[in-house]
Amino acid sequence: MWQRFAPALPANPWSWIAVWRRNFLVWRKVALASILGNLAEPMSSLFGLGFGLGMIIGGVEGTSYISFLAAGMVATSAMVSATFETIYAAYARMQTNCTWEAVLCTPLTLGDIVLGEVAWAASKALLAGTAITIVAVALGYAEWSSIPYALPAIALTGVTFASLAMVVSALAPSHDYFIFYQSLILTPMMYLSGTIFPMSQLPGSFQRIAALLPLTHSVDLIRPAMLGRPVDSVGLHVGALCIYAAFPFLVSAVLLRQRLMR
Amino acid sequence: MSTAAVDLFQVSKFYDDRVVVDALSFTVSPGECFGLLGPNGAGKSTLARLILGVASPDAGKICVLGEPVPARARLARRGIGVVPQFDNLDLQLTVRENLLVFGRYFAMSAAEVKAVTPSLLEFARLENKADARVSELSGGMRRRLTLARALINDPQLLVLDEPTTGLDPHGRHLIWERLRSLLARGKTILLTTHFMEEAERLCDRLCVLEHGRKIAEGQPHALIEQQIGCQVIEIYGGNPHELLPLVRPQVQRAEVSGETLFCYVTDPEQVRLRLADRTDLRFLQRPPNLEDVFLRLTGREIKD
Repeated sequence: MWQRFAPALPANPWSWIAVWRRNFLVWRKVALASILGNLAEPMSSLFGLGFGLGMIIGGVEGTSYISFLAAGMVATSAMVSATFETIYAAYARMQTNCTWEAVLCTPLTLGDIVLGEVAWAASKALLAGTAITIVAVALGYAEWSSIPYALPAIALTGVTFASLAMVVSALAPSHDYFIFYQSLILTPMMYLSGTIFPMSQLPGSFQRIAALLPLTHSVDLIRPAMLGRPVDSVGLHVGALCIYAAFPFLVSAVLLRQRLMR
Repeated sequence: MSTAAVDLFQVSKFYDDRVVVDALSFTVSPGECFGLLGPNGAGKSTLARLILGVASPDAGKICVLGEPVPARARLARRGIGVVPQFDNLDLQLTVRENLLVFGRYFAMSAAEVKAVTPSLLEFARLENKADARVSELSGGMRRRLTLARALINDPQLLVLDEPTTGLDPHGRHLIWERLRSLLARGKTILLTTHFMEEAERLCDRLCVLEHGRKIAEGQPHALIEQQIGCQVIEIYGGNPHELLPLVRPQVQRAEVSGETLFCYVTDPEQVRLRLADRTDLRFLQRPPNLEDVFLRLTGREIKD
């Protein structure tokens, strides 16, 4: 049994770095365009909704609406970056470009590849989330002192959503199926998890569902950090995100083993 | 522990209920070029995947470079270089960067890769293309880069899955010449191909496959001698089934494949004389080759 699934696990704690560095080398060539492209949407949401709705709404939970929204946009952009990198770019490396097939002929295992891809997607999420945090801080919507607390939470959000998306990649027969994950899972999650409006506005039953969602835990870590407030139940939120990262990682590795190493 | 480079014993592989590899056994000795010859669908690529430990056999034992596969395939792969059937280079990266990225998969440092890069580029005749993107290279250049990439870890064993498929004759001859130079350096090569000429030119020994089964094994010339052992005359242009009874008395054996009649004869002139009045026919007289062996063993041509 162990031998059967050994190829689906990382061979050691460092082999995945070679996969991460390959992706970094390719990304470096298009870095500027990639950063601008990834930031345009969350920034326009932040300013569009923040200023527009902010004027109507006024304050939310003891802060300006745009400050409230900034944390939601940081968490959302980390989720979206990690997801898109995994379901589109990593999927293309697996399915279309056969990059993974080449790596499987080296001493790396499938587990090393999956871990390298998840770490890479999380790195892109960290970059996107950090860039928005810095803009928010520079414009006075968040505290400078929040950055060291927000960054680990953004990185963990990236790992979590990369792992979840890896399961989707492992199951999808073609990239046409990813739209279902985006529209049926990610978009509703964004509205339920208190990114754009407080969760307290939701009906009670929806609040109970929302409390279980990974993005809710991300927002509950990132928002207080950015607003310079104490974070409640850090252990609970970090633990929940770790479970949402680890379990799908193992599931995706097993599914990918069945898909690629038949 | 086996001293063979590759040792397969009674290996079977099924996909759903279909047998892809059927109780196959063979051994590849260090330093030899061993060919797996068969048409598409014969199980050649599956065998390459099994040997690399990328797929697991449903029965039988595989040992590669002294390591049991797939259990310790990761260790075996340290000593293997692979040229896959379809290029999977990083198109966005340069030739040099492709080598760097691949070297890292073998835990090589940037300095180690840099040290071997000039000799690999020279080997692949890509010295002037080091900083060109792979997307700018021709098909033949990409194939040679894939071969150079397979040598980055200085492997003992090379697994080449149809290395010249899709290349023009010039590109193919260049690859063959490069492969011969690797054999001269003592590398072991396991080659899958459906090109008879490739198998005949390169392989010390080969295993002829059909539907995952071994139908013959041996040295190319010995196989040709054993199975055919006479001249071949191919006749085109008429209905081969009508021609067959006419030449039957003159030939030792005859096979019909498509619109061609293959006659195996010790004296080809007698066949020509017998059909001298048929101006519509064309004759091709040649020594026997592996194509004839395959035709003899399976009753059909390998071309596909």
